[in-house]
Amino acid sequence: MKRRLRVDPIACKAHGVCAELFPERIRLDDWGYPVLDDRPLPDELVEHARRAVDACPRTALHLVPIDERGARGRPELPAGDEQLLP
Amino acid sequence: MSAAVAGGAARLLPAVPSAEGYTAHLATAGPLPAFSGDELIAELGRAGLTGHGGAAFPAALKWQAVAERSRARGAVVVGDAMETEPASLKDRTLLALRPHLVFDGMLLAASAMRARRVVLCVASSSDALARTLVAALAERRRAAPHEPRIELVTSPSRYIAGEETALISRLNGRRALPRAVPPRPFATGVDGLPTLVNNVETFAHAALIARRGARWFRSVGSAAAPGTTLLSVCGGVAAPGVKEMAYDSTIGQVVAAAGGPAGDPVAVLVGGYFGRWAPAATAWSLTLEPGSLRRAGLALGAGVIAVLPRDACGVAETDRILAFMARESSGQCGPCSRGLPALAALFHDTALGRARPGVLETCARWSLEIRGRGACRHPDGATLMAASALEVFHDELRRHLRHGPCRESARPPLLPTPVLTGR
Repeated sequence: MKRRLRVDPIACKAHGVCAELFPERIRLDDWGYPVLDDRPLPDELVEHARRAVDACPRTALHLVPIDERGARGRPELPAGDEQLLP
Repeated sequence: MSAAVAGGAARLLPAVPSAEGYTAHLATAGPLPAFSGDELIAELGRAGLTGHGGAAFPAALKWQAVAERSRARGAVVVGDAMETEPASLKDRTLLALRPHLVFDGMLLAASAMRARRVVLCVASSSDALARTLVAALAERRRAAPHEPRIELVTSPSRYIAGEETALISRLNGRRALPRAVPPRPFATGVDGLPTLVNNVETFAHAALIARRGARWFRSVGSAAAPGTTLLSVCGGVAAPGVKEMAYDSTIGQVVAAAGGPAGDPVAVLVGGYFGRWAPAATAWSLTLEPGSLRRAGLALGAGVIAVLPRDACGVAETDRILAFMARESSGQCGPCSRGLPALAALFHDTALGRARPGVLETCARWSLEIRGRGACRHPDGATLMAASALEVFHDELRRHLRHGPCRESARPPLLPTPVLTGR
C-alpha cells in the first residue's frame, strides 16, 4: 500500500529532527516547522521516512495510506480516538 | 439595524424590524408541519439549501450524515450563533428578530435525528442577545411544553471559538479550541454522539422549507443557487446593516440595497476577514452565486460585504485585519501561531513604509507557505485575505513603501478589529 507523510500540526513543536533525517521530503519553514512533500513515497524512501517518523520527539509525524481522505496535512485518526489529541 | 431585500424576496427578515414573539411567529409562519426525518431531509436536498456559516456545505448531506449515525445512539443538534466575525451582524439580527423560526429549524433537525440534546451557542460577549434568547426560550417552553428543551450555552468570544470543532470542545467541557479532523462532528461530537452543527440562518431556512416546500424555496435565486441569503453590508455604503438578497443579485445590487455607495467604491472585501478583496469594478457585476464568485477567486463566506471607498486605505484596513487574525490564532499550530504574527508584522512595516526591498515577495511567499498547515482553516483564511490584498492593493503597497503611509490611512478605521476578551 502506498503511503505518504502527515504531520499533526497541534502536536508538532518544531524540533526539526524530521527534516534532518529526511531532507528528501521534509524541509523547515522560516520558523522551524516542517513543510512536507506529501506525494506518495516510493518504496526506496519508505525506510527513511519511517526513521523520521520514529525519531519525532512529539510523535507528531505519521505515515498514512495515500487513499485516506481529509487531506490538509493532518493525521488521520479513527473515529472516537479523540483522546489522542490535546 | 435595518433590513432590505431584492425583488421583494424577504423570507427571514420581517418587514418591520421588531422582535417577533411566539404567537406572532405562528400567525406569520403557520404551525410546524409533522414530517418524517427522511422526508424532511429529502425536501432540504430538493431545495438545494446550503450552510450559511461560511463553508456553504449542502445541508441535506450534513443532516443525512448525522441521521444515519443517530439511529443507534441518538444525536446532538447545535445551532451556531457565535458570529465572532467582527464585521458580521446577521446571526444576532436574525435571532433578535425571529428567534422562533431558528428554534423551529433546530427542533425539526432534533426530531429528524432523534436528538438527545438541542443546544444554541452564542458568544459570551453577546450579553444582550443572550438575554433576549433566554426570554424567547422561556416563552417557547410555556407555549409549547411538549417540545424538546433548547439549551442556551455561551462560549468565549474568540474568533476561532465559532469553528465547529471548537464549539464541540466547549460543549464537551474542554477549552473552546479547534482540533484536527477527523473525527468530524457528524460522526463524533458532543458527548461522543453524532452531532449536527449548523449556522442559525441555515436552521431558519430549513424551518421555512419544511412549511412551504422545496419548490417555493427555489422560486427565488437561480437554479444553481436557489433562495436568499443574509448579508452584513458595511464600510462605504449609505445604509450599512443586514440585508436579505436572492443569490442571483449582484454585489452592485447588494450595495444599492444598502443605500448605495458612500464615496467612490474602490474595492470590496467579500466573505469577511477570512474572505478576499476584489476591485470594485470586478466585484460589482458578480452575483452572489458560489459559481460566479468562485470564477473571480471569491467566496461569500459568512456573508460579509465590506465596501472600501476612495477616502479609506485598503493597505491600512488590511494591516489591522491581519493583526487581528494573528492575535486570534488559537496558538496550537506553529505555522499559524508563528507565521501569522510574522506576516502581519511585515505587512505592518510595509504599511508604514519602513520595510526593506523584497518585503512584498516575502509576504507573498509566507502567505502561500503558511496555508493549509493548521488543524483548522484559520491560517488559510488569513493568508488568502493577505494574498488578495497584495494583488488588489499592489500599487498602493508600493506607494506606501516609497513614500510612507498615505493620507487616507490616517482616517479612523473603516472595518472593526476589536480586541476580543476571550472570556
